[in-house]
Amino acid sequence: MAETIFDKSRPTRRAVAQRVAEGAVQQLLPDHQVRSSPPMLPEVSELQAVRHFTNLARKNFSIDTHFYPLGSCTMKYNPRGAHRAAMQEGFLSRHPLTPTSHSQGVLACLYELQEILQNVTGTAQVCLTPMAGAQGELTGALMIKAYHVDNNDYERTEIIVPTAAHGTNPATASMAGLIAKEVEVDADGDVDLDSLKRVVGPKTAGVMLTNPSTCAVFERRIQAISDIVHEAGGLLYYDGANLNAILGRARPGDMQFDVLHLNLHKTFATPHGGGGPGAGPVGANELLAPYLPTPMVTKTESGYGWLEQSERPNSIGRLSSFMGNVGILLRAYAYSLMLGANGMRNVSAYATLNANYLMKRLSIAGFHPAYPDRRATHEFAISLRQEAKETGVTAMDFAKRLLDYGFHAPTTYFPLLIPECFLIEPTETETKEELDAFADAMIAILKEAQQEPELVKQAPHQQPVGRLDEVQAVRHLDVTAH
Amino acid sequence: MPFIPHTHADKASMLETLGIASIEDLFDEIPERIQCADLSDIPDGVSEMAMLRHMADRARQDESGTCFLGAGCYDHFIPAAVWDIASRGEFLTAYTPYQAEASQGTLQLVYEFQTMLASLTAMEVANASVYDGASALAEAILMAIRINRKSKSKRVLIPASLNPSYIATVQSIVTHQGIKLDLMPTLDGLTPISDIDFENAAAVVLQHPNFFGLLEDADSLTTNAHDADALVIGVVNPMTLAILKPPGDWGDTGADIVCGDGQPLGIPMASGGPSFGFLCTRMAQVRQLPGRIAGRTQDKNGNDGFVLTLQAREQHIRRAKATSNICTNQGLLVTAATIYMTLLGPQGLHDVASACVHNTHWLVDRLTELPNVSMRFAAPYFHECVLDFGEPTEALQQRMLNNGILPGYPLTGLIDNGSQAMLVCATETRTNQDIERYRQVLADG
Repeated sequence: MAETIFDKSRPTRRAVAQRVAEGAVQQLLPDHQVRSSPPMLPEVSELQAVRHFTNLARKNFSIDTHFYPLGSCTMKYNPRGAHRAAMQEGFLSRHPLTPTSHSQGVLACLYELQEILQNVTGTAQVCLTPMAGAQGELTGALMIKAYHVDNNDYERTEIIVPTAAHGTNPATASMAGLIAKEVEVDADGDVDLDSLKRVVGPKTAGVMLTNPSTCAVFERRIQAISDIVHEAGGLLYYDGANLNAILGRARPGDMQFDVLHLNLHKTFATPHGGGGPGAGPVGANELLAPYLPTPMVTKTESGYGWLEQSERPNSIGRLSSFMGNVGILLRAYAYSLMLGANGMRNVSAYATLNANYLMKRLSIAGFHPAYPDRRATHEFAISLRQEAKETGVTAMDFAKRLLDYGFHAPTTYFPLLIPECFLIEPTETETKEELDAFADAMIAILKEAQQEPELVKQAPHQQPVGRLDEVQAVRHLDVTAH
Repeated sequence: MPFIPHTHADKASMLETLGIASIEDLFDEIPERIQCADLSDIPDGVSEMAMLRHMADRARQDESGTCFLGAGCYDHFIPAAVWDIASRGEFLTAYTPYQAEASQGTLQLVYEFQTMLASLTAMEVANASVYDGASALAEAILMAIRINRKSKSKRVLIPASLNPSYIATVQSIVTHQGIKLDLMPTLDGLTPISDIDFENAAAVVLQHPNFFGLLEDADSLTTNAHDADALVIGVVNPMTLAILKPPGDWGDTGADIVCGDGQPLGIPMASGGPSFGFLCTRMAQVRQLPGRIAGRTQDKNGNDGFVLTLQAREQHIRRAKATSNICTNQGLLVTAATIYMTLLGPQGLHDVASACVHNTHWLVDRLTELPNVSMRFAAPYFHECVLDFGEPTEALQQRMLNNGILPGYPLTGLIDNGSQAMLVCATETRTNQDIERYRQVLADG
């Protein structure tokens, strides 16, 4: 079981086709700078390497192989065409420091993507460099901080986030040297306005919100929230995690958000790659645009070029070695071209249709939506509290059993304020048949939970491994093979 | 409707189940006033064929020639198997391995990656990667401040011989937490160790080889810093560690944190991203390491398996007290790098590294035979070198580019009298003919 690549290693074996002409370096480097023993990398043949990693791949669930309704992650189809577009030789072989005179192709793509993202978010300017959602959030928090400092408003040190918010929001506030404060969420999943009024004040730097919220419902009183925050002198930050729900339909800029990030690996269908890379472009209104990071792409009479710190003196500065995850930006651009404006509107339409349909099917079957009187957005939450109480089978057990039925589990235990929670996001690219099959699997597992609970509690049964002991993993930490 | 599978019949049946007449009804909780998105700047959608034709034209525009540019991103050969396998849907389109039993491929691969990086750097543990080299250094500095309880200061020394975009990135990210960055000046391209005042420094950063390609005195720096209770953060190019002494062996005690950019390990240059940053440290500090970590454990039947471990450090559990706000690693790039390191093995990586050293020295030898060209610094260098060209590099660069050669990285404003200097690099992919052609075009003037 779980033979690692190091177990297959034999001294002196190698993938000979990968050799290069070795240069003699003995006289070129001082002896005391040279390594005394070689690193312990695997010594295997090319076929062994190919077979090992191909077989590892086969142990993964993925969008290409399974329905993957992971709430808040937007696991939609990642078009192969967009992948191919970005994997062309001219893009792959471009050194990041190539002068702009010989980079007009990639710069044109990036400039046009900036414009598309400005339009779709309703912002004045977009910077593409942040490398993931969390870095986009950090960017926004730093911009908000810089704005207040520029206005000699040094007391604004608090970032307000809803209790239901993703952990990244408060963690980002800390990274930016700000203090996270929480605002309550009411029984319908909306931000509690009285709680908000109590927590905002002269110390408020800004408020971070997702809309639809992490409770998977649309924040209906967004206008009132915006007024309260702005009147208190704070700024409003939009976490773009759930943009798929409103793409091409309602824009954060029109909801009076001052600054926002997008998750291109969610809304714009770039591959998640087993945990990254992402891309988290940041957009801002006129007020905050001067603080966007560098570099940005500009268009002048002589062609496309970079805007660096010297042209953008108020910028919060550089956030990456070069200019972010260009390869991901190119995929998002290719996706945008294929969708066009109409395609984007259809994304939110059918993502919402699929979520509402699946929520309806599950409620008909007796499951309990967390907010039964609300519309689903692009996703919805159900609580398995009652099922857990009656059968002893928890949301985690349900999740593991779903794997045996050939479905990746939804997001479990998030948002935290919903007990035994499943956050289910089917996305627009799934067929009705797939949604029906998932609902049927949930119904079948519920039956198992009632009749044979141990079967579910011991799941999964048909995966490469049985349920893994995470406590042991921490207690006997084994993080390298040597 | 691109990528949306619904037939008319599907839609009708779903609407019927929902008891509504139109999909628009599902948006009735959104105030009408904000349902006004005007997408007039976004063109109509096109077919995959038309999109690919357009993107192919754009890509072709940027094929600029033979690359002698380095400066943090390197033109290495990537075996065909690397991206053939990394692009498999099961790696490409999986999410973070939160459901471990359905993600054993990614988790085992990350575990193998951690093993390889720990061995290359001679450290005890590596994380599953962060965004890139520059942001890895920012995380390393934040980590060092958390670890070093002996030092009451939040003062961190960074060398002027560090990659300038790393300096800029670190300034953007870490100074918001009260950290003070002090620049250590260079002398003849190197950091003069004996001149450093370690007093009240929590940590000291050293890039080795440094931005100018030169070999620093990492041994003395490490020993002296540790004598003064300052932690040592090494910034390294992982490919060079096939030959060079790894940071874990620097000085008497070895570096405390090692970071860098993994691009040389099978990642295309691709305009500089996506790449990945790595972070390695001692086991004693593992709980201060940010980012994901895979660990080996057992399933309920006693079989080995892999999980994400030590998650109590991370933002989704610790919220405002997490080690970092980072959620992602650069999983796909780590996949490619792990396959690359496996295909090359210790000997293959050593051959690549020595070919880089050899080719760059040959390039420098041939160019400095020309009357106007000279080396700026005398210290031993690895696979990058600063050359003075005896003429302003702006015009020179355009002339070379017009002949299909990317001649190097102009150092105007980055070193004294830098307007005639460039940082040049010749990896294993540069042939003798490439080098002779560089020399010829340069000599022709």
